[in-house]
Amino acid sequence: MDFLQTLKIALRALRTNKMRSFLTMLGIIIGIAAVIAMMAVGTGASYVISQQIASIGSNIILVVPGSTTSGGLRTGSGGAQTLSSDDSKAIMTECPSVAYAAGTVRTSGQIVSGNMNWSSVVMGGTPELFEIREWPVVSGRPISQEDENGAVKVCLLGQTVAENLFGSADPVGNIIRIKKIPFTVIGILDRKGQSPQGQDQDDAVFVPLRTAQRNLVRSQRTGIVSAIIVKAKSEEQIDKAESEIQALLTQRHRISNVKEPDFSTRNLSEILAVAEKSSKAMSLLLGAVASISLIVGGIGIMNIMLVSVTERTREIGIRMAIGAKKNDILLQFMTEAVLLTMLGGLIGIALGAGGATAVSRMLDWPTMISFQSIAIAFVFSGAVGIFFGFYPAKKAAGLNPIDALRYE
Amino acid sequence: MSSVISLTDIRRVFIMGDQQFEALKGVSFDIASGEFVAIMGASGSGKSTCMNILGCLDLPTSGRYLLDGIDVGGISTDQLADIRNKKLGFVFQGFNLLARTAAIENVELPLVYAGFHSKERRQQALLAMEQVGLAGKENNHPSQLSGGQQQRVAIARALVNNPAVILADEPTGNLDSSTTEEIMGLFTALNRQGITIIMVTHEHDVAAYAGRQITFKDGRIISDSQTGRTV
Ligand SMILES: Nc1ncnc2c1ncn2[C@@H]1O[C@H](COP(=O)(O)OP(=O)(O)O)[C@@H](O)[C@H]1O
Ligand SMILES: [Mg+2]
Repeated sequence: MDFLQTLKIALRALRTNKMRSFLTMLGIIIGIAAVIAMMAVGTGASYVISQQIASIGSNIILVVPGSTTSGGLRTGSGGAQTLSSDDSKAIMTECPSVAYAAGTVRTSGQIVSGNMNWSSVVMGGTPELFEIREWPVVSGRPISQEDENGAVKVCLLGQTVAENLFGSADPVGNIIRIKKIPFTVIGILDRKGQSPQGQDQDDAVFVPLRTAQRNLVRSQRTGIVSAIIVKAKSEEQIDKAESEIQALLTQRHRISNVKEPDFSTRNLSEILAVAEKSSKAMSLLLGAVASISLIVGGIGIMNIMLVSVTERTREIGIRMAIGAKKNDILLQFMTEAVLLTMLGGLIGIALGAGGATAVSRMLDWPTMISFQSIAIAFVFSGAVGIFFGFYPAKKAAGLNPIDALRYE
Repeated sequence: MSSVISLTDIRRVFIMGDQQFEALKGVSFDIASGEFVAIMGASGSGKSTCMNILGCLDLPTSGRYLLDGIDVGGISTDQLADIRNKKLGFVFQGFNLLARTAAIENVELPLVYAGFHSKERRQQALLAMEQVGLAGKENNHPSQLSGGQQQRVAIARALVNNPAVILADEPTGNLDSSTTEEIMGLFTALNRQGITIIMVTHEHDVAAYAGRQITFKDGRIISDSQTGRTV
């Protein structure tokens, strides 16, 4: 018996009980739709996270001041002023696994250009900062070593600041005031987008570190930096670079108790690993939800197929009397079950994809429907049909033709 | 004349729990190709049991059954299905057509399982429909046909694979007398074309259409007579 004919018979059987077929499929539809939608949202989210982490730059280690004890009072992490420009230079020259290190300070303030003004983050950083963050200028020129050495009052604008102060006009060459101090705009930075914390990284102004230290921030001593941002030579060298930095700073800061350093290092690949781990946990959870709903759906299908076999006992008897072999009957009922689940799978995929698209439209949340997830959903729905359709089909194929023909 | 069916000492014992019931107690007869045989007897005398064995739907407990030269004893269920498909045609009392399925598709069914292509199937099914006088009713579903017409569809289905024998178990049991005459007329016509027909009935006027009457009683043959009408 050819497959087309088998398919035709199965389709007819499903059409005979449209409502019942639909209700039977519902379990599979809901399961598959949920999986597709959640996978789409999940993949979208992890894409955004990895995009944001990449926007910080690759192979990055952050060195921040640790807590210090002074006169019995401990300051919180990052609050102390224990890191200096010299530390930054030492890291760059003495740690073999480090490619670049840049000291940075950070403040915020009112930025004025003509009659426009905008409140933004102001970062002071050495020229290496832009190498580390892989952040080029799109017009004008970057901050040079001469700007740094001479503490020249020049600045680079992030895209958001440039748009808010100058609109579509070219800011390069203009004078702006940061905390009332005039700076010359020498360049505009490329667009970066959101940070993993959800901040707009383009809403920032960059000035040479020394310029910032002298004019924009107050500190107990000269040459204090609020953080040192380091780039390891390669991904494999991140861990090595981190321990080199720790050893160097422990020595430079004369730390006797290694358990209480006055600085701490953070490895951005660790953050990435955490993000990856949580997205893995998410997919595991999705998998569990999916298998449960598919099993429940499959049991529903098995149940209805058993009912269908009983209802159609006479039909089975007729087919057998006329020459259907065991396998013909088996195949017929299997096809029906698989058709049921695959159809449910298809509807579920369409619903899930539609749902994900709607979510991304309404909540402005990125979603990604991968071909893979569709293929997996489709194959799985078929497998559920084969698995749960087998027992009823076997039962049908095992009927005795005389008994089946006599069945009322 | 060569015999298309040869039964030798066929017994069929049904076992129900610890009880045994011998429905056929040693039945032997030969049927030649082209015969029209009526099997008669009271209810419970073993007619249907015998027909099921003849139709390869059931196997005898003992005895030998040769169908068209093939020994049916001890072959697999799939081979039996194949014999039913290629050598036999069934007509039942209750028509046994597939509901919600067009007449023509019902007729095509044996050819589907025989592996014919759809074009060939349609061609042969149309021919069979014409033979039973149902040209034009191809697309009607069973529920849109009268009892007599449904039985004609069933006969067309039995004919379509050019079987060696057509087996009919009380084919007119559900029909009124005028329809019975039509159906018997059709059987007679088919028999004249050379088709072997074995038919169970308990009505004498129906049996009278056949050329030979075999009568059962309590699982045995009590008479086997030519009624003089031969092909
Ligand atoms: N599957 C079965 N199990 C037990 N007894 C059966 C079975 N089939 C038929 N019989 C018995 O065999 C006898 C003959 O039945 P059957 O051949 O159907 O008679 P009929 O001549 O009316 O067609 C009956 O007594 C019936 O009860
Ligand atoms: Mg009977």
